[in-house]
Amino acid sequence: MQNAWLYIGLFLIIGIIVPVAPLLISWLVAPKKPNPIKQSTYECGIETVGDSWVQFKAQYYIFALVFLVFDVETVFLFPWALAINKLPLYTVLEGILFILILVAGLVYAWRKGMLEWM
Amino acid sequence: MTFWSDPVNFIAAWLRGILAGWGMGAALANILLALSGIIVLVVFALVLDIFLVWVERKVVARFQDRLGPNRIGPFGIFQPFADIIKLIIKEDITPEGADKVVYNIAPVLAATAVILLWAILPLASTIYGVDLNVALLYLVATGALGALAIIMGGWASNNKYALLGAFRMVAIMVSYEVPMVVALLIPAVITGTMSVKGITEFQSGVWIVILSPLAAVIFIISAIAELGRAPFDLNEAESEIVAGFNIEYTGMKFGWFYASELLHSFTFGGFIAVLFFGGYNFFGLEKYPLLGVVIFLAKALFFYWVIMWVKYSMPRIRIDHMLAFSWKFLTPLSLALLIITAVVDKFLAPTNFYMLGMFLTNVVIAWLTIEILRAYGKRQRKAEETPVQPVAEAAHH
Repeated sequence: MQNAWLYIGLFLIIGIIVPVAPLLISWLVAPKKPNPIKQSTYECGIETVGDSWVQFKAQYYIFALVFLVFDVETVFLFPWALAINKLPLYTVLEGILFILILVAGLVYAWRKGMLEWM
Repeated sequence: MTFWSDPVNFIAAWLRGILAGWGMGAALANILLALSGIIVLVVFALVLDIFLVWVERKVVARFQDRLGPNRIGPFGIFQPFADIIKLIIKEDITPEGADKVVYNIAPVLAATAVILLWAILPLASTIYGVDLNVALLYLVATGALGALAIIMGGWASNNKYALLGAFRMVAIMVSYEVPMVVALLIPAVITGTMSVKGITEFQSGVWIVILSPLAAVIFIISAIAELGRAPFDLNEAESEIVAGFNIEYTGMKFGWFYASELLHSFTFGGFIAVLFFGGYNFFGLEKYPLLGVVIFLAKALFFYWVIMWVKYSMPRIRIDHMLAFSWKFLTPLSLALLIITAVVDKFLAPTNFYMLGMFLTNVVIAWLTIEILRAYGKRQRKAEETPVQPVAEAAHH
């Protein structure tokens, strides 16, 4: 195969067809007898109160923010990591400085108590 | 080129000859051959998946001192087939108020995410899907798709337990993605390539686990967390939120979540083997690709067993411990390891001390980490031993 991404595209198509096939067979052969009690939301035998889409803890949001910093960072670090042996020492140290700036961000969040689960 | 040195291309050349004989264009024949290769690979993965259900149940039974399935076929080996038939003929219940589109896409996406990982897994030197030049980024992206499927399923079920499971999965994914990616950067630094096949070929001499054992440990821990398996199975914590994200799923949709979790574990076992333990390399036996496949599968099965071993030996950890372990321990450790690996690689790569230097650096970092943790633990114990003044306690709150 000449084009690697064409291959991935074909893989994606097969990768979607294969899981869907048993679901279709199941849809054909499985019984379909819905009733309100069967379809009610499960909650250990009692009826649910209020909306299921509840508010979530703000803490999740803070962790997501810290994660976002590091996730973007890694995209920049991959090209640097691959070329370390071809780069001059100055550039390698500059990459390390970049990591240290991000570590400073992590330390700041840590000192501010943002990494505690309250 | 003979069958024994390159079976895939041997068969492909033979089939291409037949198709050309029928008067088919070269481009169409190539696509057709690629498609049939993909189908063989995917079917192989799924047959393996069925076998893994049996392995998992047998192994957990042994860990818990019972027999496991032993009724259907010898040693209960046909149990998974009975399971599949049962799952397919079960009624598919959609809970009221569920977001139907997302609810139905989630199990398919869970399976697709795993199957896509098989595209880049090098089974042997000449047997692999595709040699992608950005395979490490592809691995991270596709691995995260599995977590996305869990989040989608939990969110769309219109169930509070399922939603809690989805939230926890977000927290796990967000926390352990960082050490995992940084651990993946270390093979990239050492080999200078992102292609999984290139990394494997580099390891025909020395395995990366010898050059950087810490990176291997960090990758294994964060892979277990990304898979959402115990001790990080907060997303389905049976004793707290019943079954978490898959609580409302029935029949084959639940089956896909279960099957893709097992195959995901095996595939990540395979990636641990490929990235750190030499993949299909084993003292020159990799010259014969079919033997290489056996070696690769044996290594992957071993790491799958390690993941199971951890799962059935450890209690589930609390969510604040889980987050603290990633952000306050694994992330700083992995970043320190990356910086030092980069420096050592830069200075020692042309010299003869490369292997020794890398290994010793890792040992020193591990020793320093243990010393820091010991000092921290000592301080913690001392703080607990000194009696707390009631007044100070009250002022603190």
